[in-house]
This record gives sequence, C-alpha cells and structure tokens, in this order.
Amino acid sequence: MSIKKISKEQPSEFEFNKKNLEEVQKIIRNYPDGKQQSAVMPLLYLAQKQNDNWIPLVAMKYIAKLLSMPYIKVYEVATFYSMYNLSPVGKFFIQVCTTTPCMIRGAYDIVNACKEKISDKEKELSKDKTCSWMEVECLGACINAPMMQINDDYYEDLDKEKTENIINQIQNGKKPIPGSYRGRKNSEPENNRKTLLNIKNA
Amino acid sequence: MLKDEDRIFTNLYNDLGPDILSAQKRGDWKNTSDIIKKGKEWIINEIKASELRGRGGAGFPTGLKWSFAPKEVGSRPHYLVINADESEPGTCKDRDILRFEPHKLIEGCLLAAYAVNANKCYIYIRGEYFNEGNKLQEAINEAYKKKLIGKNACDSGWDFDIYIHYGAGAYICGEETALLESLEGKKGQPRLKPPFPALIGLYGCPTIINNVETIAVVPTILRRGAKWFSSIGKPKNTGTKIYCISGNVNNPCNVEEEMGISLKDLIEKHAGGVTGGWDNLKAVIPGGSSMPLLPKNICETIKMDFDSLVENKSGLGTAGIVVINKDQDIIKCMARIARFYKHESCGQCTPCREGSGWMWRMLERMAKGEASRDEVDMLMDVTKQIEGHTICAFGEGSAWPIQGLLRHFKKEVAKRNNFNPLVNRNKNIPYLVDQHLLDK
Repeated sequence: MSIKKISKEQPSEFEFNKKNLEEVQKIIRNYPDGKQQSAVMPLLYLAQKQNDNWIPLVAMKYIAKLLSMPYIKVYEVATFYSMYNLSPVGKFFIQVCTTTPCMIRGAYDIVNACKEKISDKEKELSKDKTCSWMEVECLGACINAPMMQINDDYYEDLDKEKTENIINQIQNGKKPIPGSYRGRKNSEPENNRKTLLNIKNA
Repeated sequence: MLKDEDRIFTNLYNDLGPDILSAQKRGDWKNTSDIIKKGKEWIINEIKASELRGRGGAGFPTGLKWSFAPKEVGSRPHYLVINADESEPGTCKDRDILRFEPHKLIEGCLLAAYAVNANKCYIYIRGEYFNEGNKLQEAINEAYKKKLIGKNACDSGWDFDIYIHYGAGAYICGEETALLESLEGKKGQPRLKPPFPALIGLYGCPTIINNVETIAVVPTILRRGAKWFSSIGKPKNTGTKIYCISGNVNNPCNVEEEMGISLKDLIEKHAGGVTGGWDNLKAVIPGGSSMPLLPKNICETIKMDFDSLVENKSGLGTAGIVVINKDQDIIKCMARIARFYKHESCGQCTPCREGSGWMWRMLERMAKGEASRDEVDMLMDVTKQIEGHTICAFGEGSAWPIQGLLRHFKKEVAKRNNFNPLVNRNKNIPYLVDQHLLDK
C-alpha cells in the first residue's frame, strides 16, 4: 500500500462551477436511481480538474453532501486510489513509469533527467513552480518503454536526452507532441514488420 | 505464422483509422441484427463451440461464463461489465483495442449483453488511459448516432446502453469483484467468492465481467463461425491472441498470432530478436508480471498457450511477454516487481499486505548481497504463506514471480547471499537490532 500525504494548507471553501454542476447531473444519470454513490470517482476527478490538479478536504465534504453519502466514504475513496492528488502538484505533472519492463529499458535515466531538471525529490515543485514529478507503477505502455505521462498524455520511447528536451519545452510554455519519440507508429515493430503489410502499403 | 486473412484485429497498428466508416469497411457492424435474431442460445453455444477462453489472465471459458447468468431476468436487472483496467506490467493490448478497434469492442458488448440479458454495460477503463477512453467515447457516440446501440439497437428490438467509468490508478481493480466495488463508488477491495458475480454482482444484480480482448473477438467469431476460430491454435487453446513483447528485444511490439505459437518464433520473428542475440537471453516472463519467469532452456521450446505454460509451472496470463537479457540483474528485476505488488496490495488480507512488503525488502537486500544464507529459504517460505491465503488471486500474483525466481535462479541468489548469519563473521548488519549477538 502506498502512503498519501494530505496537504497541510487547505482552502476553506469549494464548490463546483456552473459548467461542472451540469456535468455532475450528467454523470449521476449514468448510474441507476439510488446508486448515485457510483459517481464519487468521476466527481473527484472533476473536483481535481477544477482545483488545479489536486483535491482539498472541503471538496470531499462537498461531494459527500452532493451524493448524500458519509464524508468518510469519500475520504476512503480519495485516499485509496493513487490518481487523486491530495496535495498540490505542478501544473505539468510528470509521472515516470519505473516498473520492470520500463526499468530494464532505462526508466531510471528518465528519473535522473527529472531530478536534474525539475527537483531532487519526487512530488516537489520545480523552482519555477510549474512542474513536479513522481515515480509511478506500470502505466500500461510497456512495448513503448521507457515512457512517462505528462497530465493526460503519454510520451513514449524516450531516453535521457529526449526527456530533457520535453521538459525544456514545457518549461518554456510549449506543449510537446505526445506519442513515440523514436518515430514509430503506435505499437508496430519499428522495422521488419511482418504482418498486415497489404494494409500498410494500401 | 498466422495468415493475414485470419487476423481479427486488422487495425492493430492504426493503418486504417478507428472511425466508424473505416471500421465498417473492415467488416464491423455487418449484419449485426441477423446475428442477434439467431437468438441467445445460439450465440452462447457458438461461443462455447469456439472454445474461446477469457483473455484477461485466468483463461476461463467465455461461453460457460455466459451460461451462468440466469436465463430469465427476475426482479433484478442484469449487467455486463467490461474490464479495461489493464495494469499488469508487460501488458498493453487492450490499450490498442480501445484506441484503434473500438467498434469491435462496442459490437461485442452489444452481442454479449444480448446473450446474457443485459441492457446496460459499463466499461471500466483505468484512469491513466484518459485519451484512449476519449477515443472510445467518440466511437460510442458514433454508434449511438447510427442507431447501432441505444434504443432498439441495430433494429433488433434490444435496448442497449454503454457507459464508461474511469478507474484511478489501482491495479487491484482489475480483479473482477474489486472492479465492481470500485464501480459502486467504494475503495477497490475484492469480495469473497462465492457468491459469484454472475449471480450477485454489480449492485447485487447478476453481472457478467469480461476482458476487452475477449469481447472484441466475439463479433468476428459469430460472423466467421466457431469452426473457423477453433481451427486456429490447439484444442482447448483455440484462436488468436494479441501478444505484447516488451523488454530487451530489438523491436518491441504488439502482434496478433495464433495460440500455441512458439515463444522463440514470437521473439525472433516479430520482435526482432533478443538484444545481443538469442544467447544473451536470461529469462522471459511469459504472461505479465504475475506469472513465474522461464529460464532460457525452457524458452527454447515452449509454446505460448494456457496448458503448455501451466505444465511448465507458469501461465499465459495476459500474454505480456517481458524479455530479460543477461545485461540485467535478474534479482533486481524481481525486486522491482515485488515493489510493484507491495505498492498495489489493497491491504485487506494480512498475508498479502504484510507479506508483499516483506518480500520486497528481502529481495532488495538480496539484490545487494546483504541477505544471509538462511533467508533464501525464508523468502520461499514467505511466498508459501501468502499463496492461497488471501481473498483474491493477488496473493498468488505477488508470490509466483518470486517462486519462479527461486525455482530457476536459486543458485544465483544463494551465491550472492552466502554469508553465515550472525555467528561466524563479524558483519555489521544494520537491520539486526541485537547487534550484540555478533560478539564473540
């Protein structure tokens, strides 16, 4: 199990904005009547998005009231799942996969690049307060290892130099292009592809 | 090698585009209503005859699973739940189906839901696959627009709705009952079985849970016939399968091949061979990190199907093949896997919660050569204490890879960790509280 740190500085108020409130109604309708508790996970995501990528405790209390469920149940869910950030993270939140398939292809080079470029420690904001990084478990793109995720996008087939380039770009306010950084197409073998060649050449 | 015309996922590399028009050109959504009109019995029997086994890891016969759902809908509605919480290290096949073949999945959902009397389907996607989920949602919207799903789906008289639910980074939610808990808005801790979800599942209603790949192959099987599907592969291990080949190979890739293909063929032909040549091979994890690894001499001849791998004390699992060559430290690789399980244990059962951390700490020390001779056997003992003593199969999943390491590489582990504990040598062991025991 992993330990989650809850931020010491908490805002005193949280409410969904109008657009998100409409979204909330839409989400609740996805589940059967009386089972609105199912919506707690999507709602926590919404709160996280609205609140600069992290969830304060007031937001959990607010969601609990919204779904008429006990606060402790929302708290349980928010602390159980690793993708809910309970303390502030960078505007660009970098997650580096270091599980075995990525590790044996050099994931720790990427970690080193993050250490040099962003901050020495995980989950710490960089000097310009825009980025933070952390090691995570398998992100499910093993054939494109090593890889990292920045906010919602996957950056694949990396090495140290390419990672540094990507971090430079985001620090300069540009959005790097997601996908493979060795110029290959999705999950096909880079050269010597043997299957479905008619379709490829069509 | 499988012929191209027998491949089900022709858009695996996205040469053609995932949108509905290209999908229809590939044959998706063709005469779906005709298939539905043949009836529930026919669909289930055809899937039984095809001998399709679940692609999510356990390899349970899909037709049989569907037949467990009550034949008539009682007071409780039925649900179909698709497990797209792909988190097994080494596996990334479902991601490509969600991105590039979403219509195969959606059509499969409709057919499966009809067969098990479900009007609602939830697709549980891992939270990290946000973009993949968006692509699937686009495809679902397209299907609604063309009236392929929704009220009176495909003019068949069956009402069918699909909803996407995102997970939030918990590996354990790939376990079917934990997935249901998560879908109900709780923390993902597995339930005791029985009762099985087919009778008491989501919201206490009968629920059928299948992996993405299992459902995505269903339309093609029903269209081309069970005979065609079962003619590929080996008896009881039929059909095609997407293999993910990652790790120390020259061209890591996803490839659809027949069941029972030899591992060496897969690595040499499709993945461009082991980095540094076949002789540089150390070990292969054949089915995602939960499955015990295989040393080189077994890899020479092993066939990739459920039964052959079980005979060799491993398993096909999700067919996520991780190749490890001699440049890697095998103990360190396994220690990292142990850390994964320590991180992902849900904390419900004590043997797993405590044991996974224990195994990780021991392996980390063993990688550095800091463990004593006795501890190698102690590690094996710990894995045995976890295996079979937990609510879900996570316990086995965390214990098996380490058992595999000790089964095949015990000599190497023992050689590195060979000092006699405590007595003979005056070694400063930082974790030993009673340092005075070292005094002579």
